[in-house]
Amino acid sequence: MSSGGGAGLLDGLRQTATLAWRSLLQIRHNPWEIGDFSIQPVLFLLLFMFVFGGAIAGSTSEYLRFMLPGVIVMNMVFVTVYVGHGLNTDLTRGVFDRFRAMPIARWAPLAGRIVADLVKQAWCILLLLVVGFLLGFRLEAPVGGLLVMMVLVLTVALAMSWIMVLVGVIARDPEHVQLFGFTAVFPVTFISNVFVPLETMPAWMQGVVGANPVSLLSDASRGLLLGGPVLVPALWSLAWALVITIVFAPLSVWALNRRLARG
Amino acid sequence: MSEIAIRAQGLCKCFGETQALAGVDFEVPRGKVLGVLGPNGAGKTTAVRILTTLLAPDEGEAWVGGHHVGRDAHRVRELIGLTGQYASVDERLTGRENLLLIARLLGQSRAQARARADELLGLFGLTDAGGRAVRGFSGGMRRRLDLAASLVGHPSVLFLDEPTTGLDPRARQDLWQLIRGLVAEGVTVLLTTQYLEEADALADRIVLIDHGRVIAAGTADELKAKVGARSLVLLAAEEDQVAQLAALLTEITGRAPLVEGRRLSVPTSDPSLLRVLVRRLDEAGLVVDELALRSASLDDVFMTMTGRPVAESA
Repeated sequence: MSSGGGAGLLDGLRQTATLAWRSLLQIRHNPWEIGDFSIQPVLFLLLFMFVFGGAIAGSTSEYLRFMLPGVIVMNMVFVTVYVGHGLNTDLTRGVFDRFRAMPIARWAPLAGRIVADLVKQAWCILLLLVVGFLLGFRLEAPVGGLLVMMVLVLTVALAMSWIMVLVGVIARDPEHVQLFGFTAVFPVTFISNVFVPLETMPAWMQGVVGANPVSLLSDASRGLLLGGPVLVPALWSLAWALVITIVFAPLSVWALNRRLARG
Repeated sequence: MSEIAIRAQGLCKCFGETQALAGVDFEVPRGKVLGVLGPNGAGKTTAVRILTTLLAPDEGEAWVGGHHVGRDAHRVRELIGLTGQYASVDERLTGRENLLLIARLLGQSRAQARARADELLGLFGLTDAGGRAVRGFSGGMRRRLDLAASLVGHPSVLFLDEPTTGLDPRARQDLWQLIRGLVAEGVTVLLTTQYLEEADALADRIVLIDHGRVIAAGTADELKAKVGARSLVLLAAEEDQVAQLAALLTEITGRAPLVEGRRLSVPTSDPSLLRVLVRRLDEAGLVVDELALRSASLDDVFMTMTGRPVAESA
């Protein structure tokens, strides 16, 4: 659909901020949602640490050290599903149409969603770090590494959000987004080195697990928080982010326009 | 703004094999109410979506407030308010937050936004409910909020897509009252509805749409005059006499009556037919519970134009 002039860039950014505020405001009236993306990762952390820690790493504290960076990455992938869920809710309930019939930047509703999601992502990373710290996790690399890790994880989160935007556009209703999203996210996050070191897996699996962006980003995060190799896994993670964005951003926007043109 | 607030010219739209609009034309003068009347699937919503810049037509052009809906979409959006067929407010926010959100998106300051939200909540009887999440609103409250949301930016042209569908009669009357208030302030309204009564109550002019085409247009009175100024209405005493009565009415008026249960009605322009009907009923020994000659309704118009009642095709 043609834009016919339209709002300027500054207006668009302001509108994006307003729409992001709206997505975060929703949480206030739906406290269970914050539980969804806050309690679940903490439960995962505690469960794996105390149930499997001894068996996998010899001690729970040693396992926490290995696992925490990976759990942060895993949870990031889970949280991207909310972008698709929120977008689909707006599309099916007619909220998206109300925004589109207003004199605002065409890209603001989608951008607002994604920005709000990055705020949720940052909150989750900090929450897991704090809980990890209380359980005994300690930084072994300079504090600057922590900041770089956050930027790196958020960058990959932004890229992966485009996949869930596509799911949100294609799915019939919000329930299908969750079903479809989590079904895809589970194998991607578990066939990785988040919970178990790569070396312990069968050789044929090591290739798949090693190339998984979740593994690569986990490795980069471990390096940035604990010391160790950073550059190679970080560059591979960014390469993945770039490829995902190049493929899925245009595809998502195309699918969105197609859905909207269907009336 | 030009004197014609809304102009549609030869609008066509297909969705795959389905032709939603097959060449629709109409105009709405500034400050007037146009009722777009038709059954489900007639193309009403598609027309509204094109006029509100949400959808591009396959053929034809449209202007709102003198601005082209395709080339000057942004200007059109600055003028319009849209209340969709489905309440398009955010269920997960409060009523007040929904209005604040829209005001802020339209560039109002925090103070302006708060003032406008409170003003609208008051106007629509939602002050007490304003702090509650919309999820818990009744259907009527939700529609009122949806209408309020479309008024935040003081639109001069308002599109109401089936604003009262699914509401009880009381809530419908309330909403009608609010719409009349807006029209009194000079707002141009395009209203789609499947309720003939609603178009009759609110619209200055009516276009009747069926299968994507305008099949009749005019004031309610003009449309009624096309069919005949009056209707013969009778209510059969026994269910099994309906067919016999229908045959009798067809013979007298030359038109097949509209039958709904035991109720039969047929448009006519000849008042003397009532006398004929009474005599024929007497001769046939038929008893009816009710017999009346009344002004034609839009039901009669639709029936005459399409050969079927509105409700049947819904």
